[in-house]
Amino acid sequence: MTEGGARIRAAFAGAGRPLFMPYVLGGYPGPAAGAEVLAAAAAHADLIELGVPFSDPLADGPTIQAAGQRAIEGGTRLEDVIELAAAHRDGPPIVLMTYVNLVLAMGPRAFAERAARAGVAGVIIPDLPIDEGAELREQARRAGISVVPLAAPTTGDARLAEIGRQADGFVYCVAMTGVTGRDVEVGEELRGFLRRARERIEAPLAVGFGVRTPRHVAEIGRLADGVIVGSELIRLIDAAPDAAAASAAVARFCEEAVAALSDPAGVPGP
Amino acid sequence: MSETRIDEGLVARYGPFGGRYVPETVISALDELSEAYLRHRDDPGFRAELDGLLASYVGRPTPLYRARGLERAWGVERLYLKREDLCHTGAHKINNALGQVLLASRMGKRRIIAETGAGQHGVATATAAALLGLECCVYMGRVDMARQRLNVIRMRMLGAEVRPVDSGIGTLKDALNEAIRDWVTNVRDTHYVIGTAAGPAPYPEIVAELQSVIGTEAREQMLAEAGRLPATVVACVGGGSNAIGIFRGFLDDADVALVGVEAGGEGIESGRHGASLGHGQPGVLHGTYSYLLQDPSGQVAEPHSISAGLDYPGVGPEHSHLRDTGRVRYVSATDAEALAAFAACSRAEGIIPALESSHALAHVQRDGAALGAAGPVLVCLSGRGDKDVDAVGAALGLDD
Repeated sequence: MTEGGARIRAAFAGAGRPLFMPYVLGGYPGPAAGAEVLAAAAAHADLIELGVPFSDPLADGPTIQAAGQRAIEGGTRLEDVIELAAAHRDGPPIVLMTYVNLVLAMGPRAFAERAARAGVAGVIIPDLPIDEGAELREQARRAGISVVPLAAPTTGDARLAEIGRQADGFVYCVAMTGVTGRDVEVGEELRGFLRRARERIEAPLAVGFGVRTPRHVAEIGRLADGVIVGSELIRLIDAAPDAAAASAAVARFCEEAVAALSDPAGVPGP
Repeated sequence: MSETRIDEGLVARYGPFGGRYVPETVISALDELSEAYLRHRDDPGFRAELDGLLASYVGRPTPLYRARGLERAWGVERLYLKREDLCHTGAHKINNALGQVLLASRMGKRRIIAETGAGQHGVATATAAALLGLECCVYMGRVDMARQRLNVIRMRMLGAEVRPVDSGIGTLKDALNEAIRDWVTNVRDTHYVIGTAAGPAPYPEIVAELQSVIGTEAREQMLAEAGRLPATVVACVGGGSNAIGIFRGFLDDADVALVGVEAGGEGIESGRHGASLGHGQPGVLHGTYSYLLQDPSGQVAEPHSISAGLDYPGVGPEHSHLRDTGRVRYVSATDAEALAAFAACSRAEGIIPALESSHALAHVQRDGAALGAAGPVLVCLSGRGDKDVDAVGAALGLDD
């Protein structure tokens, strides 16, 4: 296990409840305001997913794509997001979420070493399935960073087992076939997928894609070891009148989500 | 050539290029496609149905035509055009679309999606879906819908839904993003017909094989009609499907020079072009590792070409390998050069070429006398220019 993977495992082991893992897009809504949003989320998070804006985010829906475009226009690059992570190295573990081309452009070795120096625990690359990226995986391992694999409802049983063998921090389970920002349905498909994953993967399972309300968070918390919320936080930022209100709205959502995971029975209906 | 094979037969990488850089959700669909393609490719029933349709529906083999008017105009000794513009629906795209839709139908998929730039692949896919009775949805950038209005109407006539894409700058790259998102969402019952020899494995190999009929026919026709192989084969390259289709007929003929012509747009120095092989860096876009127009931090650049079909920042991975090994030389032609070749071909031959194909012709117009000194030049005339009348009419001032 990598050092980053061990820190992630410790977070899962120590919480005594499913982890709340907000996704914060670096540099959004702007460089300074984005840093405030990150601080607000970090105060109420068990693990942070720190997104890197990319021009062509295939796995994301329109909300994150539009936000990413604004962040790019605001000048935010991969190295800026790594710096943001460094400023929060004493908070909950940070996992970068980036598309593979940005990592290749920086160079796998430079990326892994810079991220490790910034105290980053892991990286999620939604367009890097487990069979690709040998060089990047090797550099990450050397630097002590966990490369978090993804699993989907369409992933077959044998492949789930292989994903389990590669996981050292956690496995990111995509809640549905689709892109981010659509509403998840906590139904038999998701339950069946997580059951199959649980039987074949020893690492903690975190579920993301389409999780929008504290009620979703509570429902998924009953099935998984961690719950990821992304697009909804961007919507809250977009709906806020100013940067201070955006940070406050994100903090409030994160507090409610943590409460929902601590006491799922206490969450009101939709 | 160093290649990695998956599923006992389908090339996944060309040298370092290719691969499957896609969300985990569609990996199972790529495996399913590889398996189905390998199973049906050599199945006599499938082969007979596809070959029959290529002959009686598409109009294959397409003719090889000696362009004497252009020979005189450009001082080229012998110039041959492989007439893919005479295919049903007006371009080589139907070779691939028909093969893939037939395969999807055999796989039990009821819904087809596609992306399109110039609209030729969209029309070809809508045509094949109509023929085989499948639902069809085509993603097209809003900008491309405006400049290729006729093809939008044709797709709708054929029963396809055309979904406008507003993200990015509303061209081919953005249409591909949206099509992949649809596929990720509806992967269980939907087949994504990628229109060019790009995308995640096994698409580049499937598209190249389906398009290799161009090169196979052209090679035989050159031997029969010219009594020898061409000295040079020229094709335009956006994603690169017509080019790989004709090149595949000649890759093993060491004496045949192969030239791919990319979109030079407003000139390479302007930064507004689509020349990923000439002026890009290797990177990942739309599931494949290949040459890519990008900024130093890895954000994908917005390409530019007067031709919607070449207005793409990436390129098929096999072309990247052929570039690096030196087997194919890649050059570019500007919008202005393509327009000049378009006009010359229309007047000298009575053939209105697609703006995409006009880039290949532009290279011959520029260098043809030198190219042709050692023997015949063969150009893949990948499509016809009916779709380009609005754009060219405006650019050449023919529209009052």
